[in-house]
Amino acid sequence: MMEDEEYQGGEVKKFLYVNRRLPHGTVYALESLETVLIGAAFDQDVSMLFIDDGVYQLKKDQAPESIEFKNFSKTYRALEMYDVEKLFVERESLEERGLSEDDLLVDVEVIASKEVKALIDQNDVVLSF
Amino acid sequence: MSTLNIVNKSPFEKRTLEQCLKRIGEGDSVLLIEDATISAVNGTAYANLLLEASKQSRLYVLQPDLQARGFAEKPLLDPVEAVDYAGFVDLVVKHERVHSWL
Amino acid sequence: MAIDVNGKSLETDEEGYLADLSDWEPEVATVMAGIDDCDLTENHWEVINFLREYYEEYQIAPAVRVLTKAIGKKLGKDKGSSKYLYELYPYGPAKQACKYAGLPKPTGCV
Repeated sequence: MMEDEEYQGGEVKKFLYVNRRLPHGTVYALESLETVLIGAAFDQDVSMLFIDDGVYQLKKDQAPESIEFKNFSKTYRALEMYDVEKLFVERESLEERGLSEDDLLVDVEVIASKEVKALIDQNDVVLSF
Repeated sequence: MSTLNIVNKSPFEKRTLEQCLKRIGEGDSVLLIEDATISAVNGTAYANLLLEASKQSRLYVLQPDLQARGFAEKPLLDPVEAVDYAGFVDLVVKHERVHSWL
Repeated sequence: MAIDVNGKSLETDEEGYLADLSDWEPEVATVMAGIDDCDLTENHWEVINFLREYYEEYQIAPAVRVLTKAIGKKLGKDKGSSKYLYELYPYGPAKQACKYAGLPKPTGCV
């Protein structure tokens, strides 16, 4: 990406990134986050949805330095500056894991499982990680 | 507004199939490929889950993947339709978006 | 590749970014700027320090659009413009300043 020009031209598509895995055991969560940041630099309309084990990606107090991994959980707090403001978390996934909104490190919109389909239907491209 | 959902994991190993079915609805479709194809066969513990899903969604299985695993001759669950690669492409074209549940 | 800083040889990648973030010390920025024939002024340091704090907090090197906005917020509107930042860092504020600050190349920069 050129540094001095923002991406222009082409239609703006609505992208939904569906995050379904724990953050450090596999590389999916980090790959998703990096893809989101790149997509946002191209002025796409980006939302993220966290379901199943994906809700753990937003857990407060992660300290993966203890296993010599980068603490990319801090990066979720930068998403707002990249104009990625729509973060959705499924209520049932939180509840199943004994978590609540207070355990999360960013502001999110909590939605019910039955609202997920409507969210998916609003987007042009759905990428699952 | 319809989505083609693609599942490729065996439900006996990963919960992807259940997780997908829980979040789709009217007009959506599910295509079982790779290790997920074995759930399309009659008589597994996941038959009821798929039969339930078939009430509002269409179910498909990728025939070459099923054949590779030795199930070409076994009867499939009633609502599941077998497709070949050309059928796979048709499904992608027919739906508004594809959600691949990796 | 490597650069010599205070008698130590520090490893860099093929584009000159520091291989190990924890190798950074202010002298690293001075040496890298010297290679580019650039004298670091107080204004340059302000951006370098800002980037280091930003990285510490978010674990990411900001894209240029994000950097410009955030600098404006922190250091005043007149400094939050790409003109100001490009005058300081003609190779591009994100690329050149991030490099001097010991950060990786910004995500989304090819």
